[in-house]
Amino acid sequence: MLRAAYANSREVRGMTALAAQAEVASRGEPVTGNRLSMVVFSGEMDRMMAAFVIATGAAASGMEVTMFFTFWGLQAVKKPVRTGSSAMGRMLGWFLKDAEGVGPSKLNFGGAGRLIFKQMMRKHNVASVPELRALAAELGVKMLACQMSMDVMEVRREDLVDSVQDVVGVAAFVEEAARSKVTLFI
Amino acid sequence: MEATRIALILDLKGLLCPIPVVKLAQAVKTVQVGDLIEATATDPGVLADIPAWCRSTGQELVSIGREGKVIRFAVRRVK
Repeated sequence: MLRAAYANSREVRGMTALAAQAEVASRGEPVTGNRLSMVVFSGEMDRMMAAFVIATGAAASGMEVTMFFTFWGLQAVKKPVRTGSSAMGRMLGWFLKDAEGVGPSKLNFGGAGRLIFKQMMRKHNVASVPELRALAAELGVKMLACQMSMDVMEVRREDLVDSVQDVVGVAAFVEEAARSKVTLFI
Repeated sequence: MEATRIALILDLKGLLCPIPVVKLAQAVKTVQVGDLIEATATDPGVLADIPAWCRSTGQELVSIGREGKVIRFAVRRVK
């Protein structure tokens, strides 16, 4: 029953992708547009910063930008709430941070690095991850969250910030990526 | 086009990547085609980024130069 529903929804999504492609082809437009698509897999502050700096910079340069948040990258778009429904999920929820709470990938010193970096960034007047995310939303960056990793990590749609436009699967990202000039995995 | 009016003066001093480019992109939308935007910045990154932004977006870089610690540039909205 469930399996049938799965197959069904996958087929429907595949057909939608095909239809979209056919539509583009019929309009005679180049399939590869001035688009940038990126997967944000990492959950560290420095990597998220890189992702949002590139996204905002590309959007400001006139590109259509899509960010696909998966696994640890979900933290970039997670509200500061406790997640998880099962015992294990709730345990994982203890360790999942939000854009404000994530630390750097190096020199984190058990959390102290986050505060040091924050202070340094403030001193040099660099935008924080939440600020960059707000800016990305303002510039029309399309933010998508990965359904599968949300299922695995027991993160619900309502645990994510409003800038997330949709929760999708790999086919939706691949469709975007196939039409993009630039694709990144961060 | 010689007597273009300066429609906007942007102060981008103290701001780091990507904010100067983002602010310029937002500012361009608020002025009319033909208008000039003058800006000052301090991040040396803008010396490469503003010309690149103009090439990407098709806007005209009228001038860019450094005066001591301050970088001054002018961009004309052409489309």
